[in-house]
Amino acid sequence: MNVLRRTVLKSAGAMGVLAGLFVTGVLKPTLAYASDWNKAAFAAKDMDAAQKAIGVTGAVDSKLLVIKAPETAENSAMVPIDVTSNIPNTTSIAILVMNNPFPLAAQFEFSSGALAEVSVRQKFAQTSIIRVVAKADGKFYSAQKEVKVADGGCGH
Amino acid sequence: MTGPMKIVAKMKGDVASIRVMANHPMESGLRKEADGKLVPAHHIQHMTVALNGKTMVAAQISGSIAKNPLFGYAVKGAKAGDKVSVTWVDNKGDKRTDEAVVTLA
Repeated sequence: MNVLRRTVLKSAGAMGVLAGLFVTGVLKPTLAYASDWNKAAFAAKDMDAAQKAIGVTGAVDSKLLVIKAPETAENSAMVPIDVTSNIPNTTSIAILVMNNPFPLAAQFEFSSGALAEVSVRQKFAQTSIIRVVAKADGKFYSAQKEVKVADGGCGH
Repeated sequence: MTGPMKIVAKMKGDVASIRVMANHPMESGLRKEADGKLVPAHHIQHMTVALNGKTMVAAQISGSIAKNPLFGYAVKGAKAGDKVSVTWVDNKGDKRTDEAVVTLA
């Protein structure tokens, strides 16, 4: 009886420790990943709604935020885009494609030693402005660049 | 179908350049088959990049990122021999983790 009680108490203690780890974010259950995905932002059909859904307010244009992308993309199903933020303390970069059915393409958060730069291959439904929004010290910065699509746009 | 990622991590000065190619269809849910039927959404939603177990980049990703997507990241202060671990989770709950070691350029 006592042995059982001890075992129960022990496992209850272990559960407590585990629960604590979940709360502090040391352990993330897989399910939490799925629910963390910002569905509202990714399902937004225009730029303003998408930016609002990721919390962007009062973004100012910055030359320190650099977008490298072809002026004319030969293959709209995989357009190379490189983004670098030279703004100190940049913690996130979001990439939006204005004329895609759902403009928000991806959002990257940087921590520890990661540099605020990222490369992706992006689908374009048609010729579009790409907008990049970086967050640094709680403020938002943006840059834009047009990519013309030579092949009429991928079926997405 | 999905499969292992290709991860290449190379030092350039004191920065490790990390390139990840995931093996994933990245269906947006908007593409139509020849018969007009929509192909259901099947794409990566999350990707995390860790160096020696410490998360460096956490990404949320849409289905508008290209098929078999290639991602490039950069980490300062890394060194040859450091372990890079990349994990993705897709909208069906499938998950994959692959690892690589940082090498000298």
